Amino acid sequence: MSSPMNAPAPRPLPAPTDLTAPYWAAARRGQLVIQRCAHCQRHQFYPRSFCMHCMGETLDWLQASGLGRIYTFTVNRRGANAFMAGRTPYAVAIVELEEGVRLMANIVDSRLEDIAIGKPVKVVFEAASDDITLPQFRLADAAP
Amino acid sequence: MNKELSGSVAIVGAAESDLGKVPGMTALEMQAQASLRALNDAGLRLQDVDGVFAHTDDRFAGLQLAEYLGIRPSYIDSTNVGGMSNILHVGHAMAAIAAGMCSVALVTYGSTQLSSGTRKVGGAFDGARSPVGQFISPYGQLNPIGYYAMAANLHMHRYGTTSEQLAEVAVAARKWAQLNPKAYRTEPLSIEDVLSSPLVADPLRSRDICLVTDAGGAFILTTADRAKDLRRPPVYVLGIAEAFSHHYTPFSTADWLDTGVARTGEAALGMAGLTRNDIDVVQIYDHFTIGVIQALEELGFCKRGEGGAFVAGGRLGPDGDFPINTSGGGLSFNHPGMFGMLLVLEAVHQLRQEAGRRQLPKARTALVHAPGMVFSANTTMILGVQ
Repeated sequence: MSSPMNAPAPRPLPAPTDLTAPYWAAARRGQLVIQRCAHCQRHQFYPRSFCMHCMGETLDWLQASGLGRIYTFTVNRRGANAFMAGRTPYAVAIVELEEGVRLMANIVDSRLEDIAIGKPVKVVFEAASDDITLPQFRLADAAP
Repeated sequence: MNKELSGSVAIVGAAESDLGKVPGMTALEMQAQASLRALNDAGLRLQDVDGVFAHTDDRFAGLQLAEYLGIRPSYIDSTNVGGMSNILHVGHAMAAIAAGMCSVALVTYGSTQLSSGTRKVGGAFDGARSPVGQFISPYGQLNPIGYYAMAANLHMHRYGTTSEQLAEVAVAARKWAQLNPKAYRTEPLSIEDVLSSPLVADPLRSRDICLVTDAGGAFILTTADRAKDLRRPPVYVLGIAEAFSHHYTPFSTADWLDTGVARTGEAALGMAGLTRNDIDVVQIYDHFTIGVIQALEELGFCKRGEGGAFVAGGRLGPDGDFPINTSGGGLSFNHPGMFGMLLVLEAVHQLRQEAGRRQLPKARTALVHAPGMVFSANTTMILGVQ
């Protein structure tokens, strides 16, 4: 890290590729999108240039409902990096979307002790920089 | 691997490098030290080595080592799939030897992650354009700790496994370490001590997590024919199998508690023509306490979901009726970046009846299981002596 002393530690952020740019552009607009194969209609995550199921090469972007359930999670007491060290304790979860795919996110705006496997969650968006907005999730029954 | 290759090669020399905290050495120097010790153990010369299987935390490990040792091998493999890599190298060496590409294989590893301070809880940060950089790193996952914490949470949720049961694995490891003069941590450790150690990633506490030490090791493989004439009792490779699925984004792994361990266990035992009941020595990679419980289940030593109850009551320790990880394991003996090498060396020590106070009374066959990365890769190997 070459950031000057006293500057806040930067968060590790994605650098979109041509292929993933639509995912990150959608997040910036407050939408969660996933890929759907035009041939076999199956969903996949993360984005790829082909369908993992049928090798189809035409993939559409589908706006997901933003609803899912916690497949599993942990609460980190140590930060994975200097930026996250400022946020401990924080929850990291594997979320299974209604559309059937899984992704990783923090469970935000929720009490850590209320987080449990199987609980319904809803997508929210966290602006992490001018360019990057991260899809995140909160417990569906948490007070907004 | 083809059953016909069962027993076709043997480990004929084996040695650890200096262990624990070794601030004055590089990983390469540790590999060379262990390699020379293993060759001396086997009664072989450097010039006999024509296959090099080496990985470190650096790149081009095989070439570095060949240059340093001053040898010109005809076969090199630096495959790195995480902790199990040196066991994967055994399978690759068997295939290379069977294909006539080499005849004396040196397998080695070295790490100075403790002294160099290179171990980071966030893991290696892949490029920001990689799948990890885009879909994992922004979320602050501890790596690999977070993944195993998530698996432990799932195990507890599905089966009712408790933190006390996880702690049993750490306590048993410490008791074995107290019998091992080379162990890094030997002070007494109780279930209560584990439960009062700080949470790192719920539900895993610091004592559920392996050590960070320097360490290295090496072993020599050659044909069963040649092994007969060497000075040490040959430790035959009877069975070996590998399975792979992902890097750091296991989004497509349907069940995080069914990760490929079972597949490798069945295949390795099948190749060896043995059953679980024929196994005397069990060495299971203990990077995290939950990993041992999961592997015991997936390998079929107990039923799915019963691993927590299975390890309770000190069962895995020196006084238990299912003694495993007799070195003290990654939890208490030593854990460099990748523990696979030390797992194999302990199995060899047991099978050659040289494990001192921790020697098991019956040690004719051994099962070694290890994963790589975050249950991304798996291997099971069966070893035996005549």
